[in-house]
Amino acid sequence: MKIKVIVTLKNGVLDPQGKAIQQTLNGMNFGNVEDVRQGKYFEIEVKEKDEKKAKSLVDDMCKKLLANLVIEDYKIV
Amino acid sequence: MKSSVIIFPGSNCDRDMDVALKKFGFKNQMVWHNDQSIPKSDLIVLPGGFSYGDYLRCGSIASKSKIIRSVIDFANSGGLVLGICNGFQILTETGLLNGILQQNKFLNFICSNVFVKVKDKQNKYFKDLKKDVLELHIAHNEGNYFCSDDELKSLEDNNQIAVTYCGEDGTENETTNPNGAIKNIAGIFNKNKNVLGMMPHPERMIDKYLSGEDGSLFFKNILDNFK
Repeated sequence: MKIKVIVTLKNGVLDPQGKAIQQTLNGMNFGNVEDVRQGKYFEIEVKEKDEKKAKSLVDDMCKKLLANLVIEDYKIV
Repeated sequence: MKSSVIIFPGSNCDRDMDVALKKFGFKNQMVWHNDQSIPKSDLIVLPGGFSYGDYLRCGSIASKSKIIRSVIDFANSGGLVLGICNGFQILTETGLLNGILQQNKFLNFICSNVFVKVKDKQNKYFKDLKKDVLELHIAHNEGNYFCSDDELKSLEDNNQIAVTYCGEDGTENETTNPNGAIKNIAGIFNKNKNVLGMMPHPERMIDKYLSGEDGSLFFKNILDNFK
């Protein structure tokens, strides 16, 4: 079963890459871009048929490795 | 005094550290990340570099490597653990040190000499150090120290801030902050002050023919405090 995870910086944590992307977009005449936050996307193939179990495993992985909870939030989608 | 330097795939300051430690009289050994245990040591050093290619987050993969369990046990039993640059990043990812090193504020890799102020001398690294300001070298892309407000307060309350970026005269402000680190933090301790992580490289400042000798003071001081 494939589980998908999105890791993003928490609100309030400075995202200099997002800022640089936003400024570049503004410079390319996408003037209405007000903010960009960059994140990470994972597709994790888990040998598990029960979706609930698979998601709970991935949740554990997020806490232990995939996200650093000091600055990042994660979402299992 | 016996020391061990841990080598991860992608470490690149391990040999510089080995040279520095031996120069001042440490009996140093190199330990591979896949080893189960660390030979008897008084000091363990996690060197600078790009362990595991900085994949995922700097230091995150190394913080789960086989040898790390022994490093954590050693630290928890009061042993001296020093993490320089990528070593500092690894220590924050293990949870031995608070916070995280984020990408530099202006997205640039910084390679230059800096001055750092020693903020606490009640520890085995800086006790009785003659100088308050050291000139050291930094080379990093992710050195922008960040932690939560609560963590910062606890670092300040327990005097866990080890070194901060400053001017030659010791002034700390935004202009002497190379990477955007909160409170100009360049290095911190754990609560017991046996674990020290810092971005600047003392091992690059051990010879007048390199860029300076303030790193020598740092290593000699650790040895003196051990005697």
